[in-house]
Amino acid sequence: MNNPVITMKLNKKDILGMQQFSAEEINLVLETAESFLEVSTREIKKVPTLRGKTIINLFYEASTRTRTSFEIAGKRLSADTINISASTSSVVKGETLIDTARNLEAMNPDIIVIRHSAAGAPHLLASLVKQSIINAGDGAHEHPTQALLDMMTIKEKKGRISGLKIAIIGDIEHSRVARSNIYGLSKMGAQVCVAGPATMLPREIERMGVTVYDRLEDGISGADVIMMLRIQLERQNQSIFPSLREYAQHYCLNRDNIKLAKDDAIVMHPGPVNRGVEISPDIADDPQRSVILSQVNNGVAVRMALLYLLGGGNE
Amino acid sequence: MTHKKKVKTVMDKDGIDRCLTRIAYEILEKNKGTKDLVLVGIRTGGVHLAERLQKKISGIETGEVPLGILDITLYRDDLSSSKKTPRLGKTKIPFSLNGKKVVLVDDVLFTGRTIRAAMDALIDFGRPKMIQLAVLIDRGHRELPIRADFVGKNLPSSLWEAVDVKLAEENGTDEVIIKEDD
Repeated sequence: MNNPVITMKLNKKDILGMQQFSAEEINLVLETAESFLEVSTREIKKVPTLRGKTIINLFYEASTRTRTSFEIAGKRLSADTINISASTSSVVKGETLIDTARNLEAMNPDIIVIRHSAAGAPHLLASLVKQSIINAGDGAHEHPTQALLDMMTIKEKKGRISGLKIAIIGDIEHSRVARSNIYGLSKMGAQVCVAGPATMLPREIERMGVTVYDRLEDGISGADVIMMLRIQLERQNQSIFPSLREYAQHYCLNRDNIKLAKDDAIVMHPGPVNRGVEISPDIADDPQRSVILSQVNNGVAVRMALLYLLGGGNE
Repeated sequence: MTHKKKVKTVMDKDGIDRCLTRIAYEILEKNKGTKDLVLVGIRTGGVHLAERLQKKISGIETGEVPLGILDITLYRDDLSSSKKTPRLGKTKIPFSLNGKKVVLVDDVLFTGRTIRAAMDALIDFGRPKMIQLAVLIDRGHRELPIRADFVGKNLPSSLWEAVDVKLAEENGTDEVIIKEDD
């Protein structure tokens, strides 16, 4: 290795949330992820980078996309990945998160990816064990890898993030995706606004530096990027809105109201999509507008980048 | 890096150009033309040299020689021993390597570890018929059984010296310098 190697390190042991990221670190992750995109296009989609490293995916909540994405990312880097879901683990026997963590730690993995319904669970874990912890979603708090893949997709489609008008629409209150994106996008210089029914807008959300609207039409007006959030039926108590149909009447992105956004506005959704509730099917499937599948593709690259940046060096 | 003091220029612009001209002819001679020939430059030092070789070859014979760019970071053998993570560059090999005669291009051949990593990477891309190695400078001190097929200049050096290939595309000027500690 003759050339002086340009090195860098994410100055953190864990990836807990976008709140702890600097713009410089976000750029580092995005650039690294862009380089990883190519690996997934190869005939042999595997590089030996994390050979001998062990990654545990500890999922206390249902997930298809995120868990599969992390597993594929780990496997394409040649790490050994192990999935534990709460329903098939000793959690059902009453083991606490702390005990589970200590036991997993004793098996000496290198990285633990955790999703948990309680906000702060990854932070608790990070303070207890020596391994790197990646937050794959904690309650309604943060989902940093989703925000990073969203930012990567915006940068890919728009060439930049800074100066863009980005509208986040729907159930902001229950959305960790919204929170992580608001932190991340603001740091990258975007102008973020949110819109949703008053019952789905957290109190004092303005303090995060966003503009707040009640109506979808006001939110998406002039937007470069429209980020639709999923209605989280599993987190609702029924009193928040009368019916899905009424919600869809006012907050479903469709062929008519999308005309208020910029002509080249892109539509994003973290998935899984409730078709006809958040987005009308013709918009979700419109290749000019919808970048939902690019988000999924970029998700693998972002997670490979994070695993590489956390697992590559030695402490 | 430690501060290097004495600097000696060992090759200038014309010297580099003549070396590349000769290597271009040698590549064509050894491979009997451009059939199935592809060039792959190793990031970062080999990329511009590979581009220049491609241009020289196209000035000598007909037939296009495809050019790829390889970043070997993900194949390094020192990832888990180094404290920091090397910055990852983009790999672009937009053609199949199956059955091709691949000429790997790098600026300096030293321990041979970069080339080991590059060969592992290439083989993950397919099954080349042959892999050859072209370098501008061979400075010795191999740690692996690797040798170059095409060498611009053999430059015996001590381990306390650093050999630096500067190219106009990156540094505004073409020269090879050797730096040593005082």
